[in-house]
Amino acid sequence: MFKGDFIKNLPKIYGTYTGGFLVFIILMAIAEQAGVSAKNIGVMFVAFTVLIYALIGYLSRTIQVDAYYVAGRQVPTVFNGMATAADWMSGASFVALAGGVYYGGYTYMAFLVGWTGGYVLVATLMAPYLRKFGCYTVPDFIGTRYGGNLVRACAVFVLFIASFTYVTAQINATGTIASRALGIPFEAGVWVGLISILICSMLGGMRAVTWTQVAQYIVLIIAYLLPVFWISNKVGGGVFPHLMLGDEVARLGELEQQFGLVKNSAADMKAAGVPGGLKYISGTHSGVPEGGMAVWKYLSLAICMMVGTASLPHILMRYFTTPSVRAARKSVAWSLFFIFLLYSSAPMLATLSKLALMDPNLPTGIIGKSISEVQSIEWVQRWSEVKQVFIADFNGDGILQLNEWFMRGDVVVLATPEVAGLPFVISGLVFAGGMAAAMSTADGLVLAISNALSHDIYYKIIDPKADTAKRLLVARVLLVIIGAAGAYIASFRLTSILGSVAWAFDFAMSGLFFPLVLGVWWKRATRAGAIAGIVTGILSGLFYLLWVYPKFSVPIFGGVNEPFLGIDHLRFGLIGAPICLVVMVVVSLMTKEPSPSIQKMVDDTRIPTGKPILGKQ
Amino acid sequence: MSNKDAYWEKTKNHMFVTLGLWAFFSLVIFMFGSELNTMSFLGYPLAYYMTAQGSLLAFVIILFWTANKQEKIDEEHGFSERGDD
Repeated sequence: MFKGDFIKNLPKIYGTYTGGFLVFIILMAIAEQAGVSAKNIGVMFVAFTVLIYALIGYLSRTIQVDAYYVAGRQVPTVFNGMATAADWMSGASFVALAGGVYYGGYTYMAFLVGWTGGYVLVATLMAPYLRKFGCYTVPDFIGTRYGGNLVRACAVFVLFIASFTYVTAQINATGTIASRALGIPFEAGVWVGLISILICSMLGGMRAVTWTQVAQYIVLIIAYLLPVFWISNKVGGGVFPHLMLGDEVARLGELEQQFGLVKNSAADMKAAGVPGGLKYISGTHSGVPEGGMAVWKYLSLAICMMVGTASLPHILMRYFTTPSVRAARKSVAWSLFFIFLLYSSAPMLATLSKLALMDPNLPTGIIGKSISEVQSIEWVQRWSEVKQVFIADFNGDGILQLNEWFMRGDVVVLATPEVAGLPFVISGLVFAGGMAAAMSTADGLVLAISNALSHDIYYKIIDPKADTAKRLLVARVLLVIIGAAGAYIASFRLTSILGSVAWAFDFAMSGLFFPLVLGVWWKRATRAGAIAGIVTGILSGLFYLLWVYPKFSVPIFGGVNEPFLGIDHLRFGLIGAPICLVVMVVVSLMTKEPSPSIQKMVDDTRIPTGKPILGKQ
Repeated sequence: MSNKDAYWEKTKNHMFVTLGLWAFFSLVIFMFGSELNTMSFLGYPLAYYMTAQGSLLAFVIILFWTANKQEKIDEEHGFSERGDD
């Protein structure tokens, strides 16, 4: 099935798949009418989609190195764009992004700009050249360009730290969604999630991950957009919310004035017993905070996320799979287009969700109503039971004020369909979408780590004479080990100590951005420079994180340290990356310039035609 | 100057132009967030619109434009790949 005209038939295959999925949604809607319980619909959605992914993973099994590491370099532009979009948009993007915008407003949306703008850097500085180079992994480029096992190992180290920080959060998200949809305990959900992830990647490596990611993208984008459009039409937001919510945004401004934005004191919230992780609205929806520091906070976060995006190995390696350099460039553009479809919808969903809860003219509005009335609403009861929403009557007047309504950010995506009165089939669809988003990112990350370990550490450093069968066996064993390690950490809920996914961006940016860019754009960059840059970059970044993040700084440094220039734990890449750059340039200039053969290699990397530097390995 | 050097010179200039546009939409406009927010576009406050949608869309357009332009540079210098995607 996966040979010859398979590539030509892709539009037909995925067209049929999309049609089949839509039919499945309709069948579920009919089942709901026929009285199938909400819980069973959720189970069927998740089980059906995961089975499809597993089937694709099985059909894509391979015994060829080229197919395992780079999907045979034959993934067409648009499909690689979809796969990258699924690889990129994590469970967190899917479930938490709209909630982040809901509470964080303008300042939070620096993430949106950061997570999309980074692709301009990927397209101009990295992707086409790495594709021409013909490497299997990101450390493969570093190791060949700078020459030597030490620099290769340093790159693997950075890749490992950045990707592993990210992957536990993804397995955690997979587990959360699996446990909610299937009604099993979280710990069991994590292992169910892991098995699903491994089935999709183990037999076929990059080839299997590519074709499941395309399928996952289709599910997740339908699951995100359908409710947004439906809700918008239902609450009178307009047929096309992206262009028509101007009045709603203005209306939210009026409502904020009317209800008042009040800050609760920590003591009050503690006394009322507000569960951890629940938030309330205390900032404006569309207002821009005043002052230089606010501007710097916005810009610095955007910079970290953009530069981090351009350094994350699981994204860069997706562009190794295109048939040509030209296709790699176009593919970045398509990736961002597919990402844009979801990211531009998140603020719209946040707006609609907020309006549905705040506007007293809408039947769904709850703010300003009596608390006993609100507590009798069905969805409020259901989400209260699992401690996702909470009401605290601070002023004791029996009326729900804006600052008395607490909600977890995820609820914006997971419960808004219910709040707006959409049928449960939509909520089931949203579960399937969240599962697809978390699985696809976890797949890409686990594969990036295990490929780097199997190709760069095992094959290139430990046993360069290993035959194909042995290399692929090692790759698969490592895949299982890395996945299990991630699930093990996730199942103990240790992820809270690993902190934010933003750290992955900062780590990658600290250790990999400049070695990758200068490897292509500066011939004078030397091996010693690269090693010194990577090591000082990642260590200074790590040290600054330990120093600035209270959970680490209190036991290590005995106190809370004030962030330097507002660079907090989300932005520590701004310390690591500049140090990496300066050290790399200084050490490179102090050492002898690279040999003519290396310089020729760089020259060849810069033009799209001709043989790749590394061919089949 | 050899053909390769001329090609790289053009590619480099093109890179700087692209990054200039990128910096404008990702950084420069948000330096003036509160000023921009007094203006409106499609009924949205402008800075809010740009961070929620406008800049994202600009990046998509920049990427398609930059890929096409780079292909033209490839062709001019005879480094164009044909018929393989």
